[in-house]
Amino acid sequence: MKIIGFLLLLSGWIIVLVTFDLFTLFSLRAGFVASGIATEGVGLTLLTYGYFSERRRAK
Amino acid sequence: MTWENLVLCLVFLLLSPLAIAGLALINQGLGRSRSAAHSMIGTLCALAIAAVVMVVLGAGFAGFKGGNAYSIHLGGVEWDWLGNTSLFMGNSLVSNDSASAGYVLVFLHIVAAGLAAMIPLGAGSDRWRLAPICASSAFFVGFTYPLIAHWVWGGGWLSQLSVHFGGASFVDVGGAGVIQITGGLTALSIVWILGPRRGKYTSESLPTAIPGHNIVLVLFGCILALMGWIGLESATSLLFYNLAPIRIAVVAVNAILSASCGCLAVVVVTQIRYRKPDASLSANGWIAGLVAGSAGCASVSPLAAMVTGAVAGSILVFLIEFLELRLLIDDPGGSISVHAGAGLWGLIAVAVFSPMASEQRWPQVLAQLVGIATFLGFVLPWIHAVNLILNRLVPYRVDRDGDWQGMDIRELGAGAYPEFVVHSEEFLPR
Repeated sequence: MKIIGFLLLLSGWIIVLVTFDLFTLFSLRAGFVASGIATEGVGLTLLTYGYFSERRRAK
Repeated sequence: MTWENLVLCLVFLLLSPLAIAGLALINQGLGRSRSAAHSMIGTLCALAIAAVVMVVLGAGFAGFKGGNAYSIHLGGVEWDWLGNTSLFMGNSLVSNDSASAGYVLVFLHIVAAGLAAMIPLGAGSDRWRLAPICASSAFFVGFTYPLIAHWVWGGGWLSQLSVHFGGASFVDVGGAGVIQITGGLTALSIVWILGPRRGKYTSESLPTAIPGHNIVLVLFGCILALMGWIGLESATSLLFYNLAPIRIAVVAVNAILSASCGCLAVVVVTQIRYRKPDASLSANGWIAGLVAGSAGCASVSPLAAMVTGAVAGSILVFLIEFLELRLLIDDPGGSISVHAGAGLWGLIAVAVFSPMASEQRWPQVLAQLVGIATFLGFVLPWIHAVNLILNRLVPYRVDRDGDWQGMDIRELGAGAYPEFVVHSEEFLPR
């Protein structure tokens, strides 16, 4: 779960970067930047949950 | 830059180490008395390492606007990734007329990197060993900080977004992202690796209160931090954003307003939620206000600075509670919420509140979101991967005995208050 979270964080950033190269229209850029950040949000949630469940198991 | 501005910048920079002193007092005051000396020596080591590593390595990678840089040609655009000045600041900086400007720049980077490197000490308080603190700080100052500083302040791709792609460029005048978010995300990584202090959570995963040992020092640290923050924000405004010197007064007023409203917001929220204002949370609210106000310190109005600080303080109480209660993250100094949480809000606030034409507003919001995506999507995984590797080489967490004895006795051989502090649990019933 932690590794997937890790990869999703990086993927989100790459989506944001590529958006600027691929699109010139503001609305398209905004949409893809938002989806990149959403991907990062899922990644951060998975990474956090991975550590959280590890702590719960340790208890 | 004129020599008058350079001197002015240097004068403000001389104030900026007070920010480190203030945060050091806050971190040690919010930790336990048995680890107070360790916390202070950890801060001093982080600053010392920042000075040496920055001059040897970091300053070259951080670079400066118009200087040499490593860039990648992608999609018809030159992406400026990393400064390319020689080691030891480069001969160009010490042998020609721009030498003084170079030294001022390096001094600023030393203080900024030292400040960012000591932020995680508050989160790892009472269990993070000194050797890994030094190793982590060295890597942070040598590679992580210069990379981000170059992107935002050194003419890197984040500061060139408008040049290459139209719209607006990422703005972070006082270092809400470069210093605070980077430090706060490092704190998150450290806490994930270290785990909570022994005794912080019961077997049912309920948190127990481990109050800070000296709230007086914490509150004094807030005042020192304000002076340091004003110095640092003024210097970055002059050096990186060519602010007119007469506008420095705006930076100072905005800083004190955002800090005050951050603190007052916490006082009000804790009064409503807990029936009494909480002193340590209020101190954290003061710092959260300073952090959130950093990004737009030179461009927003005093009213906007007040709103920025108040929102940062209000969010802070809930964020600290959420991390501690729901995610089982033990962050004694509140570093993650104060620096990363308030910093993220500050980056958005600068786009929302800066005076600009309405057609420029959304492109600026987009540029700030690209910056935020970079901090979350690149900086966090990078820092965490490095810390995981370093943890294998130099174990971060103190052993079980050290947890019980405290870091002062375990690592330094003497306590911070040997004559008048007694830990009741050190005495067994006869």
